[in-house]
Amino acid sequence: MSGALHDLGVAELARKLKAKEASAVEVAQHFLARGKAQASLGAYLSTDDEVTLAQARAADARIAGGESAPLLGVPIAHKDIFVTKDFPSTAGSKMLEGYRSPFDATVVRKLGEAGMVTLGKLNCDEFAMGSSNENSAYGPVKNPWDTARIPGGSSGGSAAAVAARMAPAATGTDTGGSIRQPASFCGITGIKPTYGRASRYGMIAYASSLDQAGPMAHSAEDCALLLSAMCGPDLDRDSTSLDVPAEDFSRSLDASLQGLRIGVPKEFFAEGVAPDVRAAIEAALQQYEKLGARRVEVSLPRTELAIPVYYVIAPAEASSNLSRFDGVKFGHRARQYGDLTDMYKKTRAEGFGDEVKARIMIGTYVLSHGYYDAYYLQAQKIRRMIADDFQQAFRQCDVIAGPVAPTVAWKLGEHGGDPVADYLADIFTLPGSLAGLPGMSIPVGFGDARMPVGMQLLGNYFQEAKLLNAAHRFQQATDFHLRRPEGI
Amino acid sequence: MSLNPQDISRIANLARLQLSSDESERMLAQINGFFAIVEKMRAVDTTGIEPLTHPVATVQDVALRLREDVATETNQREDNQRSAPAVERGLFLVPKVIE
Amino acid sequence: MTSKLVQGYEVVIGFETHAQLSTNSKIFSRSPTRFGAEPNTQASPVDLALPGTLPVMNKGAVERAIRFGLAIGAHVAARSIFARKNYFYPDLPKGYQISQFEIPVVQGGAVEFFLGQEKRSVRLVRAHLEEDAGKSLHEDFIGQSGIDLNRAGTPLLEIVTEPDMRSSDEAVAYAKELHKIVTWIGICDGNMQEGSFRCDANVSVRKPGGPLGTRREIKNLNSFKFMKEAIDFEVRWQIEQIEDGLAIQQATVLFDPDTGETRSMRTKEDAADYRYFPDPDLPPLVIASDWIEQVRQGMPELPRVMAARFVNNYELPEYDSITLTQSQAMGAYFEQAAQASGQAKLASNWIMGELSRRLNAQDIGIEQAPVTAAMLGALIRRIADGTVSNNAARQVFEALWTGEGRDVDAVIEAKGLKQMNDSGALEKILDEVIAANAANVEQIRAGNDKAFNALVGQAMKASKGKANPQQVGDMLRKKLGI
Repeated sequence: MSGALHDLGVAELARKLKAKEASAVEVAQHFLARGKAQASLGAYLSTDDEVTLAQARAADARIAGGESAPLLGVPIAHKDIFVTKDFPSTAGSKMLEGYRSPFDATVVRKLGEAGMVTLGKLNCDEFAMGSSNENSAYGPVKNPWDTARIPGGSSGGSAAAVAARMAPAATGTDTGGSIRQPASFCGITGIKPTYGRASRYGMIAYASSLDQAGPMAHSAEDCALLLSAMCGPDLDRDSTSLDVPAEDFSRSLDASLQGLRIGVPKEFFAEGVAPDVRAAIEAALQQYEKLGARRVEVSLPRTELAIPVYYVIAPAEASSNLSRFDGVKFGHRARQYGDLTDMYKKTRAEGFGDEVKARIMIGTYVLSHGYYDAYYLQAQKIRRMIADDFQQAFRQCDVIAGPVAPTVAWKLGEHGGDPVADYLADIFTLPGSLAGLPGMSIPVGFGDARMPVGMQLLGNYFQEAKLLNAAHRFQQATDFHLRRPEGI
Repeated sequence: MSLNPQDISRIANLARLQLSSDESERMLAQINGFFAIVEKMRAVDTTGIEPLTHPVATVQDVALRLREDVATETNQREDNQRSAPAVERGLFLVPKVIE
Repeated sequence: MTSKLVQGYEVVIGFETHAQLSTNSKIFSRSPTRFGAEPNTQASPVDLALPGTLPVMNKGAVERAIRFGLAIGAHVAARSIFARKNYFYPDLPKGYQISQFEIPVVQGGAVEFFLGQEKRSVRLVRAHLEEDAGKSLHEDFIGQSGIDLNRAGTPLLEIVTEPDMRSSDEAVAYAKELHKIVTWIGICDGNMQEGSFRCDANVSVRKPGGPLGTRREIKNLNSFKFMKEAIDFEVRWQIEQIEDGLAIQQATVLFDPDTGETRSMRTKEDAADYRYFPDPDLPPLVIASDWIEQVRQGMPELPRVMAARFVNNYELPEYDSITLTQSQAMGAYFEQAAQASGQAKLASNWIMGELSRRLNAQDIGIEQAPVTAAMLGALIRRIADGTVSNNAARQVFEALWTGEGRDVDAVIEAKGLKQMNDSGALEKILDEVIAANAANVEQIRAGNDKAFNALVGQAMKASKGKANPQQVGDMLRKKLGI
């Protein structure tokens, strides 16, 4: 790996800053410049050099004052689903064009207090609804490995920014795979913690019972540092935030994998999985065996059901969460309208994109009179069965491994007009999301067209440290996470 | 089951979405395509299964946290209304509400 | 009970009452709940539903719901669920109201009260916690409404009855009793002008024994007076419709105090489909039994318990004891007066009579009465020991009320209202009267009552009214040996 600043990960940058080999201002300027140079990728939605450099100067002052917090002075960019005081917050929607939040999301605040410097806000699918980042009102994001391809979604801007070295790290959110899938498609590392670990306060809600924040970076080591700073109870702001103490997720990174039982669900290797992905995952599993881990076959019999269950629950919650966008208190309002109802209908018709409208319609329908029991309630019951299946599986294994997605990143517009094709591609990330389990994606190789392939690791509740340990040991033995796209 | 154009307009009205006729048609096709997948789910026998709301309730009780009854918020009207489309004398303006 | 019919129809009324809970902060945010602040100055990001905000439940609101449940003998649910009621309205910032649907916190219970001399009981279906909406102001904006969200998120307890009431009088009596209970246990300030206690009445009529008629809901009845007027009008209107062969359509109506009529609200065509579902932002509300016990310990003596005690300890008639427990203040006033005088029934009579009359006349509460319980007690003692006559006592009360005097005995002295109980002085007066009226005495002996009364009158006159007429008559008879 070359010595250029942008090739350094979070941990390395922190070391460099602590050793005063570079200042936070220099580091921030370097990444801001790279962001501007690669604007054509469409990763950033907003930047503000003055705000960023002011934060960097403050960090330098803390460093000069002898402070040495693990993330002090290291830059990061935020998915635009997090609200921020100092940058606009759009959720990738026309509805929130230019919206200014009077407060910072808890996750943003915690990372700021840890001394991290905000580079800007990153593109994403509108209200985090999508798997390709093609649903952003501000244009698609291009995959740095092949700009004709999608970066994945909904945290596509986050994945692309890190892969293209425009930021050493980014925040993402994962509702049905929105951290793991883009991380996989862009060849980086990302983790979604147990539901309730990271505060949802200030995360513009898509599906409340599924949304979780998490870090996206180059390595498991970096993700562990970031996740430790992002998580922790937010008892005063988020009723779903769990009252479990913050942890140092780096503590067991180097633990041996000797005897680690890796559960491989046979359903994750059904015929739907493309051969190139299958091969890369197979190789990764063999690598794990070399590291002392043991393969156990497990079963998640309701894997396929996760698709309808998720696509009933998430739109139902979304249809209600998005009712607040009515043109009254904030955000877009139609220019021309007649009475109140007309104002609502035109405002929402103009402000929301097609996929958001479709999910609002589906969600409204499944909650509407006479259908609630058959759809939403039924889905929540099967959701418990799916979660129980995982508990069964974890009796036989310590972590579960499999593909993140059935294929590598597809071409922009390839699924055009058929969102259901996107839905089906979420099949392997949805079960873990429904169960609220921690999950991550690590680069394990390359498939067709030299596109990155990610492996998904799922752990039981609160087992983030174990996942990161398994990922870190793999990355100690391989260099897939250090590979860079052509010309980056 | 599949929806018809009447369902679409009823739902669009509930959701306060104005849909052009071709939008409605696209929506109808997409939603029906989607419900084809959903049918699988309806066949599952879930008798006696508790719905799962907070995922972690799979392994531990999750109860509502209660905060002390203290008022600490101060008036931040200006900040809070910064992105409001229409405000006059501190009030949000909307087309006349008829009761 | 026998329900009185209106033109041969039985009236059926059920109530839904929204009681604003007297918490310092809102139900899901830390905004203050003060009434009458500048528009939107008590609307935090959470109250405005700004993107990214989430609800956090106020313990004080739950505690008040528990108090209510205990007060009306209801079941307080160990586990209840908050649900979203989805509909679009400008005063509803999130586009849904957080309420309770399938599993409310308070289940069952009953409210008991007197309708005249008749004891009545109205069963409650439930009472659930929910958030209040903001306000739409229609004045001073042409073609537009102004939205003030200060009230949005104020905690409400919605109290729902069975359709147990059979007349507007009974409905008002129920509402007054409920109002008494929520203010008595300190969970609501009961201010109806400010909307702290808002009633909706579901009214229908039917032929006795027939199936329930279609009901119309009269919204926002914010005074007991309008409540009766509105229900009476609605009942007449519905009967007319039916008599004219027209069917009643289920509707929500508003009462216009100026015209004294109810009129249909513009109904939102999709209002029926609220798409309720459990709020994923709020885990189940769990109430441990030891918390309920703790709340029970802190409860004040309830009106019906206090009334029962008055019957037992002071041998009051049930009617008196109910009347005297209209408020904690009145109950306390009575007990103090009763103990100070040792004459419970007499104290009760004075409070329900003279005192209440004056309080009503000046429209003040018993707390503001210039005649304290101690004063009234002292006065009643003087009546009991014969120091003053009832008439004289009224004059003393008047003086105490106007502030002319503060001390009962001092006033009696100053006004010379003491009865003459000194028989020596009285004998002297009688001897003189007898000596001076030989003729009358003859007639009396002849059995002429008039003449007897005339002598008594002269004796009273001679005593300047201070003699006890009873005593005068007795002594006179003795002297004349009749």
